[in-house]
Amino acid sequence: MTHPGAIEVLRAGALTTVQDLGRPGWAHLGVPRSGALDPAALRLANRLVGNPEHAAGLEITLTGCTVRLTRATTVAVTGAEVPVQAGARPGDTGRPLSVPAGTVLRIGPARRGVRSWLAVAGGIDVPPVLGSRATDTLSGLGPPALRDGDRLPLGRPVAAPAPVDSTSCAHPEPELHLTLGPGPREDWFTPTAFDRLFGSAYTISPVSNRVGARLAGAPLPRAVAGELPSEGIVLGAVQVPADGQPLIFLADHPTTGGYPVIGVVTDVTALAQARPGTTVRFHGPQR
Amino acid sequence: MRIRPVGAHALLLDCTTPTDVPEAALVEAWRSELWRRRERGDLIAVEIVPAARTVLLDGLPDPTATARQLTRWASAVAAAATGPEHTRAAGHNADADADASAAANPDADAADVVVPVSFDGPDLPAVADHWGVDVSAVRQRITSTRFRVAFCGFAPGFPYLTGLPAELALPRLATPRPRVPAGSVALAGPYAGIYPGASPGGWQLVGRTDLVLFDVAADPPARLNPGTTVRMVAA
Repeated sequence: MTHPGAIEVLRAGALTTVQDLGRPGWAHLGVPRSGALDPAALRLANRLVGNPEHAAGLEITLTGCTVRLTRATTVAVTGAEVPVQAGARPGDTGRPLSVPAGTVLRIGPARRGVRSWLAVAGGIDVPPVLGSRATDTLSGLGPPALRDGDRLPLGRPVAAPAPVDSTSCAHPEPELHLTLGPGPREDWFTPTAFDRLFGSAYTISPVSNRVGARLAGAPLPRAVAGELPSEGIVLGAVQVPADGQPLIFLADHPTTGGYPVIGVVTDVTALAQARPGTTVRFHGPQR
Repeated sequence: MRIRPVGAHALLLDCTTPTDVPEAALVEAWRSELWRRRERGDLIAVEIVPAARTVLLDGLPDPTATARQLTRWASAVAAAATGPEHTRAAGHNADADADASAAANPDADAADVVVPVSFDGPDLPAVADHWGVDVSAVRQRITSTRFRVAFCGFAPGFPYLTGLPAELALPRLATPRPRVPAGSVALAGPYAGIYPGASPGGWQLVGRTDLVLFDVAADPPARLNPGTTVRMVAA
């Protein structure tokens, strides 16, 4: 085999980024974890094309994207429910597609959900930064978000595509139920705050992004006024700024923050597919 | 010391204490001990993140077991935090006044990172006003302080430097600047900081340095890591 080829970006769409499993381990230097918002979906796409699960693919947001593959290869799309077209041939999500050299691959706008992951055999081979090829939209580490006309090198395939895999497309619910463990700053909030957090519905705000899912709903009143000195933040931390509207931190979250964290959501991956307006309800760890 | 719950895989060590052990010294003692323990294999943690008054441990296989370890280690760490090394370096010693200059401080060791600074920041006069001194005294105060990187945050490689006395704490700008140039040396709250890259910022700018603070190709990528001691000298 000669040169492993490239992906040419014909239509980048609203936000398409290179993502892998991120760069954990550098938070003490102020480096966010980043990585695919739904790591399981990226891992699946990688398995389907014969890649190691940590290989870099594309994370595609809402409006889709169109690329040309310069060599014959295998691709797979996972995540949101999206139309896939390989040249003139309709494709499908959740399974490997063999495509000849020069194929134009169209991932259309999401019918349900928000984000898709495209894996290509060999992975996207941009230079790693601190061990990861992920685009970090907060700090700017990693490759910039894709633009029309970009060309991304592909790596060499290391294994045959998986002929069979357990696949499941995202089925975003109209209402998300998230498990939340209180702390570390539960004592900064009044009992009313917890009544509202566990007893009322919040909706995903349109200003949500890879840094965090912003929620709108009953404000969470504080028991302690004033500023909290900066402290470390984890994935899923629910931070409550001055206006009392909670924000759930996602992969590109800052490493430290100065607003109190009322609790931590156990599993944030469902938020990767939650459109603005989606209802969110919280419940405690013991339900 | 109090251990706060943080979800299913993390803990927050809260170093806010009713005792007279300075929080920054306790945070530094914990950071240093936890990094050492992890290196030795006594502790499994993906992230150990010091901050103003806390140390976050994330990526723990069993937070309950880690909490028990932390409780066992607490008294030794508290003792280390009250030792002369930490109180001096954390800048909380009672005699850290304006005259404790670099020349007068025989403890400045070769491990200090020296940061050459041009003191020409646009907020220098405002800082001088706030401190009730003239501009040259601001420069003198900063160059005579032995700083320590208490933690990094805000941007990759941005150091929060302790060492200035609490009474010199400064407010942030009422309106942050949309763009602060890379290398800007700035003050806010009890901290000094250096912007590794251009970014928006609300700290008061006193100078700038050409020192590269963050380089993804370097090992470690940050020039100023938590625990590092720092001297600023006039460029």
